[in-house]
Amino acid sequence: MTLIHKPLNRRSILKAGTAGGVALATPTIFTSSAWSAPYLNEPTGAEVTLGFNVPQTGAYADEGADELRAYQLAVKHLNGEGDGGMLNTFSSKALGGNGVNGKKVAFVTGDTQTKSDAARASAKRMIEKDGAIMITGGSSSGVAIAVQSLCQEAGVIFMAGLTHSNDTTGKDRRANGFRHFFNTEMTGAALAPVLKNAMGTDRKAYHLTADYTWGWSQEGSIKKYTEALGWDTVAAVRTPLGAGDFSQYLTPVLNSGADVLILNHYGKDMVNSLTQAVQFGLRDKMVNGKKFEIVVPLFSRLMAQGAGDAIKGIFGSTNWHWSLQDEGSKAFVKSFGQEYGFPPSQAAQTCYAQTILYADAAQRAGTFEPCAVAAALEGYDFDGLGNGPTHYRAADHQCFKDVLVVKGKENPSSQFDLLEVVEITPRAQVEYAPDMEDVKGDLGTCNNGA
Amino acid sequence: MKTRLSPVGDMVLFAAFTGAVLTMPIWLAPVGAGYPDLLQKFAIYGLFATGFNILFGLTGYLSFGHAAFLGVGSYTAVWSFKLLGMNPIPAVLLAIVVSGIFALLIGYVSLRRSGIYFSILTLAFAQMCYNLAYSVLTPITNGETGLRVLETDPRIFDSTTRAEGPLISKLFGFDMTGYPGFYFCAVLLIIGFFVAQRIARSPFGTMLKAVKSNQNRMTYTGLNPRPYTLAAFVISGMYAGLAGALLCITDPLAGAERMQWTASGEVVLMTILGGAGTLLGPILGAGLIKYFENIFSAFNEHTLSSIFSFLPDFLKELAVAISSLFVGEGWQLTLGVLFMLIVIFLPGGIMEGLARIGKLFRRIGRGSDKSHATAPAE
Amino acid sequence: MDEILLQFLNGLDKGGAYALIALGLTLIFGTLGVVNFAHGALFMLGAFCAVSFNLLLSLQKVTVDPTKTTAWGTPLEVRTPYVEAYLGDFGHWILNYSVPVSILLAIPVMLLIGFAMERGLIKHFYTRPHADQILVTFGLAIVLQEIVKSIYGANPIPQVAPDVVSGAADIGAMLGLGAGVIVYPWWRMVYLLFSLVVIAIVFAFLQFTTFGMVVRAGMADRETVGLLGINIERRFTIVFAIAAVVAGLAGVMYTPILPPDYHMGMDFLVLSFVVVVVGGMGSLTGAVSAGFLLGILQSFASMNEVKAIFPGIDQIIIYLVAVVILLVRPRGLMGRKGVMEN
Repeated sequence: MTLIHKPLNRRSILKAGTAGGVALATPTIFTSSAWSAPYLNEPTGAEVTLGFNVPQTGAYADEGADELRAYQLAVKHLNGEGDGGMLNTFSSKALGGNGVNGKKVAFVTGDTQTKSDAARASAKRMIEKDGAIMITGGSSSGVAIAVQSLCQEAGVIFMAGLTHSNDTTGKDRRANGFRHFFNTEMTGAALAPVLKNAMGTDRKAYHLTADYTWGWSQEGSIKKYTEALGWDTVAAVRTPLGAGDFSQYLTPVLNSGADVLILNHYGKDMVNSLTQAVQFGLRDKMVNGKKFEIVVPLFSRLMAQGAGDAIKGIFGSTNWHWSLQDEGSKAFVKSFGQEYGFPPSQAAQTCYAQTILYADAAQRAGTFEPCAVAAALEGYDFDGLGNGPTHYRAADHQCFKDVLVVKGKENPSSQFDLLEVVEITPRAQVEYAPDMEDVKGDLGTCNNGA
Repeated sequence: MKTRLSPVGDMVLFAAFTGAVLTMPIWLAPVGAGYPDLLQKFAIYGLFATGFNILFGLTGYLSFGHAAFLGVGSYTAVWSFKLLGMNPIPAVLLAIVVSGIFALLIGYVSLRRSGIYFSILTLAFAQMCYNLAYSVLTPITNGETGLRVLETDPRIFDSTTRAEGPLISKLFGFDMTGYPGFYFCAVLLIIGFFVAQRIARSPFGTMLKAVKSNQNRMTYTGLNPRPYTLAAFVISGMYAGLAGALLCITDPLAGAERMQWTASGEVVLMTILGGAGTLLGPILGAGLIKYFENIFSAFNEHTLSSIFSFLPDFLKELAVAISSLFVGEGWQLTLGVLFMLIVIFLPGGIMEGLARIGKLFRRIGRGSDKSHATAPAE
Repeated sequence: MDEILLQFLNGLDKGGAYALIALGLTLIFGTLGVVNFAHGALFMLGAFCAVSFNLLLSLQKVTVDPTKTTAWGTPLEVRTPYVEAYLGDFGHWILNYSVPVSILLAIPVMLLIGFAMERGLIKHFYTRPHADQILVTFGLAIVLQEIVKSIYGANPIPQVAPDVVSGAADIGAMLGLGAGVIVYPWWRMVYLLFSLVVIAIVFAFLQFTTFGMVVRAGMADRETVGLLGINIERRFTIVFAIAAVVAGLAGVMYTPILPPDYHMGMDFLVLSFVVVVVGGMGSLTGAVSAGFLLGILQSFASMNEVKAIFPGIDQIIIYLVAVVILLVRPRGLMGRKGVMEN
């Protein structure tokens, strides 16, 4: 690692030449606990602290609450309480249910408010005050990217929660940041063949896109793959975030000649635009002799509940769904369901998996030193965490695994049974080169904060 | 305004304030707030609220769009990092100048109206800035992701010292994060406090107060209030710009949500909560709100259980269940209740509360010029 | 042409919602002189009246089916709504009509909430500075929405329109313009009609009753009305309660269009203030016409043709119009001199 170059956080002082003198003369108030330790927030006691930074207020509060449930469950399992969940199905057997590296896992929580500033403030508190060695969580790409770059600067590991934009491990990838969740590029690659089978190759698509980076990323990926199928893009219209009433964007769709509407919206925007699109009769409409179709590229079951019946028959993709029948998923659903009484969301699964992956990497590395943990995660192949054989690519710290294409269920058997899995797109089909045009980025070097 | 109007009293207040700010890491540690990031936020938002108070507390003009200047200051500072280098001094100066220019333009238009019409005009300008920064202006603002400094940026004055590692603002070799960052902010807060104190005591300040108490009468005496209010607006816009720049100096990221109306509302709440028109009030209000946001939101059932662990089990569970409504994800509920309680029982904000406590101890009324006189106007 | 007509309909529909919220807000401004930042919360509470009513109706009898298990190994619970179980077809009908029927619940509830708010809190703030009013009502809004969040969660909760009006109407065919040219959701037309009726009722009430006369006189000159020996304060309570009901009803009927969540009030708050001020403080006609005006302008600004010329115009149109109007007409469209100007 780069320990020699970065022994101290105040590297610049050392570089200035007067190193030792200034450093020693600095009153203790200027110093953090990082001074004597070889890396930032090295756990010295019997516990190691992880920071769970999730939205507790704002539009994604329910998603955040589910993430937190998953984290608490993961901590239990790591400390050997409960039934062990996916630890039993995880391909790596390094973890023994006795904490990590002999230390009991403790955690602190914070509220991101789904705002970059608040999320960074919360993460900083965890790092500066609570001594967290790893930060994880979040429910939006803007927040994930902001917190990831903070963790890079501070020198702790960031395990991203729900973030779907290409940029998280693309343009804005960082050496200290890792993402288990999939991205818009994979959504496009997985969704396109299914759309082709269901709707043919002669389609005219109309995009409504949330006017911010994730929306653009999503629109670009879907356009790329559908146009490759032979689809036309009639128009791609940007809608303001949180527009609420989308009628003024939906009416132009009616007579545009388009026969597919693609809603590049997430969360409340998705709930509102989909509900209203269905009210405008778009799901029952016939255009060019074909049935009009609506596609929601990124589906979240938790959010889809808000759209009620409107999601029936709508295609989309998702990272994970509780109805999956592999051993890992079954074990996780069982232990989550018994603890809380309802099945976990995809956000919960990705957060649980990220925590286990981090703990496992630290255990295998034999230390919590961020760069050693990162090295243990890079290029790591594993299985049994719910998405089939998965690869943590070293070049961009993105996980590659199967992607689920789902459809809104016509006859749900319960309030949780909203999506049916149409196809599990194999990993090979969604892989892309790390230096592909839209996702090029510089990982930089690992920072251990010391 | 203040209870003490004498120059000596001012000096004492200023000295006490300086001492209190510089020792914040020590006396805030027992309540869990003694870590650099929150201390920085205290100082920065204290500065923001102090500036806002120069407009609102003195002239009574209630701007609902001050977050726009905070955002402009932030973007300017990050652009200064990107183009000129990581030194905070040019970032601060540029942010003050640019946000001053913005404030001049917006203020010139908005101050043509008064009362709620003024408030809505400032709100409209700020919301336009926010919406555009989030979407159409992404090439300048980097939209949702927020504007950051990248390795590939020119940073022309940094070419000699360009080192690998995180891009953090540096002054004389000190990283502007952690405690050095806090002391940088603290010094500027003290300067800002001093300037605000001088303004309040100056003839200019008296003019501003005249605008608040009776603008018509002022006009009848042949004085045009517009230049005074505009000057106050620009000054408070510059404070906001400075605060925005400091946010980026301690953490080089500028996001559009800093300009949203909720952020503008927050500074209004800070000021009223602390006591509009008083010098210390807005700073206390800012501290209180930021404390709730960062500390109360961090409690979870685990921490609560350990807090109440001295109780017998059934009591413990009850205590945890009740208190968890108000902390963690419920921290905003506590804040809402606090707003209501303070404004119902302490019309003059925290400062009135302090004054009452002080009076209780001294039992000697100071006459009629207690902080009731600070009644904020609309 | 059809595009313009459709956008006009959209604008009217949006305008209906804006106008209803602004109407109550301006009533409170005009008579009580109170800046009510909790007005958005009243809109949200109205919407949650519909949600609660629906939940109440769909209270389920839970029977455990021991032969089947859930994915996590507990016995499967079979749920049947009591209403359907006991009332049969009528139960089904009332579930289907839960949104319009919940108006019957919302009116008394909102009256009560309005009454309690005014008596318990607002009345102590008549003589306080506007800044204090803002702080206390904003605090109240946060408290109300946090309570709703702790009960119903943060996710939107879908509410369906009755089956008869859940689809879209082919207006084009009705007008003889050809089938499928102008298609518009039934429920949105119901909403527009509903908002017009509510606005008409409020205006008629103020215009043709003695009570309304006193209130209007109070809006014009509160002091003189007080000097005439009329106890205006007692009227204030009723005015506030009416405003709460109007906002609540706007919320109830909006639920099929916008699945309600605890934060929806805040989303509307700023917009409704802009509407009220553009209309002119203290003018009911102003508030209503500004609501429709801004709704229509917002719709037209979102047309692709317009956005091609001015990118991002749909994001700022409301605020831009507000600035222009306030600069051209100092007191908004129909504001009177001296109201809320100091």
